[in-house]
Amino acid sequence: MENLIALLVAAPLVGAALLLCGGSRLDRAGHWIGSLFAVASFAIGAALFADMLGKSPEHRALHQHLYSWIPVGGFRADVAFQLDQLSMTFVLLITGVGSLIHIYSIGYMAHDDRRRRFFGYLNLFLAAMLLLVLADNYLLLYVGWEGVGLASYLLIGFWQHKPSAATAAKKAFLVNRVGDMGLSIAIMLMFTTFGTFAFGPVLASTGATSQGRLTAIGLLLLLAACGKSAQVPLQSWLGDAMEGPTPVSALIHAATMVTAGVYLITRSGAVFNAAPDAQAAVVAVGAVTLLFGAIVGCAKDDIKKALAGSTMSQIGYMIMAAGLGPIGYAFAIMHLVTHGFFKAGLFLGAGSVMHGMNDEVDMRRYGGLRRYMPVTFVTFGLGYLAIIGFPGLSGFFSKDKIIEAAFAKGGTEGWILGGAALLGAAITAFYMTRVMLMTFFGEKRWDPEEVHPHESPKVMTIPMIVLALGSVFAGALFSVNENFVRWLEPVTSFAHGHSPLSATAVTSATMVVLIIGVGIAWAMYGRRPVPATAPRGSLLTRAARRDLLQDDFNHVVLVRGGEHLTRTLVYLDHSVVDGAVNGTAATMGGLSGRLRQLQSGFVRSYAVQMLGGAAVLVAATLLMRGV
Amino acid sequence: MSFPLLTATAALPAIGAVATAAVPAAKRSAAKWLALAFSLATFALALVIAFRFVPGAKGPYQLTESHAWIRDFGVRYDLGVDGIAVALIALTTLLIPFVILAGWHDADPLEDTAASDGGSAAGNPRWRPTQGFFALILAVEAMVVLSFEATDVFLFYIFFEAMLIPMYFLIGGFGDGAHAGGEDQAATQRSYAAVKFLLYNLAGGLIMLAAVIGLYAATADQLGTGTFSLQQIVEARAAGKLDLGTGTERLLFLGFFFAFAVKAPLWPLHTWLPNAMGEATAPVAVLITAVVDKVGTFAMLRFCLQLFPGASRWATPVILVLALISIVYGALLAVGQRDIKRLIAYASISHFGFIILGIFAMTTQGQGGATLYMVNHGISTAALMLAAGFLISRRGSRLIADYGGVQKVAPVLAGTFLVGGLATLSLPGMAPFVSEFLVLVGTFSRYPVIGIIATLGIVLAALYVLVLYQRTMTGPVREEVRTMPDLRIRELVVVAPLIALLLFLGVYPKPLTDIVNPAVHHTLSVVDKKDPKPAVQVNAVPGGGRHGHAAPDQDVEAAK
Amino acid sequence: MNPVYYLYLAALLFTIGGAGVLIRRNAIVVFMCIELMLNACNLAFVTFSRMHGNLDGQIIAFFTMVVAAAEVVVGLAIIVSIFRTRHTASVDDASLMKL
Repeated sequence: MENLIALLVAAPLVGAALLLCGGSRLDRAGHWIGSLFAVASFAIGAALFADMLGKSPEHRALHQHLYSWIPVGGFRADVAFQLDQLSMTFVLLITGVGSLIHIYSIGYMAHDDRRRRFFGYLNLFLAAMLLLVLADNYLLLYVGWEGVGLASYLLIGFWQHKPSAATAAKKAFLVNRVGDMGLSIAIMLMFTTFGTFAFGPVLASTGATSQGRLTAIGLLLLLAACGKSAQVPLQSWLGDAMEGPTPVSALIHAATMVTAGVYLITRSGAVFNAAPDAQAAVVAVGAVTLLFGAIVGCAKDDIKKALAGSTMSQIGYMIMAAGLGPIGYAFAIMHLVTHGFFKAGLFLGAGSVMHGMNDEVDMRRYGGLRRYMPVTFVTFGLGYLAIIGFPGLSGFFSKDKIIEAAFAKGGTEGWILGGAALLGAAITAFYMTRVMLMTFFGEKRWDPEEVHPHESPKVMTIPMIVLALGSVFAGALFSVNENFVRWLEPVTSFAHGHSPLSATAVTSATMVVLIIGVGIAWAMYGRRPVPATAPRGSLLTRAARRDLLQDDFNHVVLVRGGEHLTRTLVYLDHSVVDGAVNGTAATMGGLSGRLRQLQSGFVRSYAVQMLGGAAVLVAATLLMRGV
Repeated sequence: MSFPLLTATAALPAIGAVATAAVPAAKRSAAKWLALAFSLATFALALVIAFRFVPGAKGPYQLTESHAWIRDFGVRYDLGVDGIAVALIALTTLLIPFVILAGWHDADPLEDTAASDGGSAAGNPRWRPTQGFFALILAVEAMVVLSFEATDVFLFYIFFEAMLIPMYFLIGGFGDGAHAGGEDQAATQRSYAAVKFLLYNLAGGLIMLAAVIGLYAATADQLGTGTFSLQQIVEARAAGKLDLGTGTERLLFLGFFFAFAVKAPLWPLHTWLPNAMGEATAPVAVLITAVVDKVGTFAMLRFCLQLFPGASRWATPVILVLALISIVYGALLAVGQRDIKRLIAYASISHFGFIILGIFAMTTQGQGGATLYMVNHGISTAALMLAAGFLISRRGSRLIADYGGVQKVAPVLAGTFLVGGLATLSLPGMAPFVSEFLVLVGTFSRYPVIGIIATLGIVLAALYVLVLYQRTMTGPVREEVRTMPDLRIRELVVVAPLIALLLFLGVYPKPLTDIVNPAVHHTLSVVDKKDPKPAVQVNAVPGGGRHGHAAPDQDVEAAK
Repeated sequence: MNPVYYLYLAALLFTIGGAGVLIRRNAIVVFMCIELMLNACNLAFVTFSRMHGNLDGQIIAFFTMVVAAAEVVVGLAIIVSIFRTRHTASVDDASLMKL
């Protein structure tokens, strides 16, 4: 069975190579080829999953060694895969949601003349993401890590003729590279500490080294996770990344790639468990981001950007859960999977709305769409209920567990984290209700002359329905019997937290804040008509619209500062470094100009010089003799 | 006495140069095909070398040839290759056919537009020495190959200096016709660049000559007969018969290092490179940065470290700092450039910083990575620069601001440009990533702070590559580029194999590392340095036997 | 007779020649003065040869004569061509050989 693992990665990779190098001959069949390879990968994943279920939990991990990649001295990097329960979860999520979004894109991108390339990039993304979760060592993970970054770059900037898209793509890649710096230094530190960077040996021997080193490794991994998962302070790229086509936002910037940071932290659990300081940093980052993203999400009028803020916030939940240690890992991953369903569904719904509204993204120009797009309305609505944590739906189970675990952290810390998580839940309920009301309810705010809202074709609605089913039932399925926790336990280990509040108390508190959030949103956007142009808003609203001024800070400090620095350096290089050289040359030139004047052309002056020279020589010889 | 393979590999392009130059003026295209045939044959010979070479065999050099040359001064015609030389000879001979193909029309007679208003016969193309262009390229190839092969310091010196002459004419004689100020101003700029190139390198070379003579005097003094033989000197030192004395050794080291640092180039001796690469045609720029400059870094490994191990250890801190400055400084300046070719030149300076960092980190990973870096940088810069050259020749401008939206009209060109750029920013999966990461790990394991600062280079590399791509290829299509044709077959033949090679060596670099590793071990043993041990000794984890199979032979090698 | 007297004569001739080169402007005269200096040297060589009792000096004297003869051929040709073009043989008028 383990020989199938490489095929898992190879299938979409072959698809990408075929589509990107195939040329225009494949234009007409490109989308089918791309979807075929995605589905093939899912089929292989499903087969492996079935095989895995048949084994006892301890013997489920598979390993495949392909070849020795970089052997130099003590440095040995292998191309080797490891498929355990954690990787399997991701494989199914990636290939499953990936396949659905491939199919959805057939309809969504139908009118784009570069559709073949779009599918090539999507396949490339699948291959890189699968490599990321299947690698058995950090360096190979790093390859996938940057590979998904590349795919994300290409897809965000897919509509390259728009300068905003090209800029957003560049920004995403650069911010991610800052995070990648963290990952690469972490790998180096692992190499100097353990002499290897394969998961097995590194994670097994965390006890043998100093806590300082482990904390450093943990913080560096956190930096990497912040970059990829859009956590504070490297979150600024995610909002701009919505310039990409909507299926991309659904697949990469909601369901899979941005959750890679959670994977990295969960996978490196042993490191974090042994480094409480690093763990505290992870929790802090998660808690800050979950509020940050939620606040940003409240202020955006662009439907995709509002959802992007929500994604940031939900990943904040996951990161926080992962930072809680063994009491949280399983719930982080569980929320990740349920989030994968409902957020992908929400994005596809948003895409469907845009599809019917001439690519309008401003929610203030929507309104009352439920009558025109019933399927989209229902699927989006189910996703909405799931994300706010409506009892019985996916989000309810996974988010509730995280809030519980946050309280279980204990002490003041537990109260702060739990409070933040509850507050986040309230804000989530608020902004999602806002999105729902502004889009599907209320008065029409669009011009019926120009816009003709209509339901999307089947090829788009079916994936939405599947995802909606997932967002309804996945949570319950995972929670029955603690299925999910027991499934992951061999990999992530699990400990029951001891919460100062009972589970019922936490659930009731969650329900209360949920109702408060929905109620406020109803009061603001449901009862009153929504103005078609955004009001000025309070100071906080205005700041939140600008991503809480983080971009402005980046612009002033990094962009402007960097521009000044490079300009100064260019000037210095020309005037000082090169100037020194040219100055030497000029000095030599001047000196030779002086000397040239001795060369008068008069024979007799030459003769005098010769005579003088000869006299000096004779005198010198005599003097030397005399001495 | 076996067939003198090494001499033949160098002689073939030399003969090719003469033959190409001798083709009558009227038969221009015959000369091109002849040059291409010779360069391909040379590459075939280089492949033979690579296959005859046995990695890990006894003795530092293989396929050796040795003849007395100038008996009175102990100069010998000694050739031999180690793994590093084999890799670089393969790179050089591989790139030359692409350089020739890419420069196919670079030396054709100029369609003289400027002269028509000057009153001369309009439409009468201005003659250019087409045969000469290709003959000079082959001549450079011959000398570069010989300097990779020479194990006699004096012999090396001769070719190290002699290659300046053809390079001078290549830079000064042929431009890309993409200068804003017209051909006359371009000619002035070109000759400035060529003279600067020549003077810089000559200055370095003369200081090295003094050191070469000093080395001879020292050996003559202590061994009885003076010698230039690298192997003899290394062995004499190992046997304790030769002791240069700390002061002398350091002076001689500096003399050698200065010449190599100019050639490499290392900050602050770098300013000739942007001029030379900016003014030369793209293929010649590739020749400069991907081929000729490699002799500098190669010679650091072969001569500086092996002849003067003590002085090398003494100078390491300063050189590491200079290399670090090169990395960051080159990258920052690349960000600030307005000219595509100058941007690539500054990027190269940054990359040479990485190579020198790796060499002087004195770890297996550092030096192995540096050697791979030389090869990979050659290929990746060639891909990027040649794609840039195709772009420039279409629009007739080197300024980034003159482009925009090319991706829409010439997607294949934009695609190759992007892949070349991604290789330059060391994307994992492409060859340069392997080498850059090895250099960083090698540096980090001995000098963590320097390693961390050098990692900044990967962020800056992403910045200059992506900004370049964004400004030239994306956005709305500019009026001037609307009619730009996509890549022609000849051009695709040039870049496609380079890209394929970049991907292959990124995914499977083992053939290269296998050749390079023993040579690196040898160099390190001469310098008397060992890799730092990891802080924790990790035992094989149960079920993790995956690392076992590669380990034993590697350890035996390290023990040697 | 004391050979040193010949050396005095040689020195005197050399000085006369040298002075002539420096003072006179006519190229022909300058030329003759150079010949005078060369022959003064020859005289000194021959004298030393006599004094030391070996033939080295005489051999060099012959060399000098040969070189002088060759020099005369070239030098006179240059002077003639200068005279033809400029109608003067003054060395101060011919100062073209400068940078």
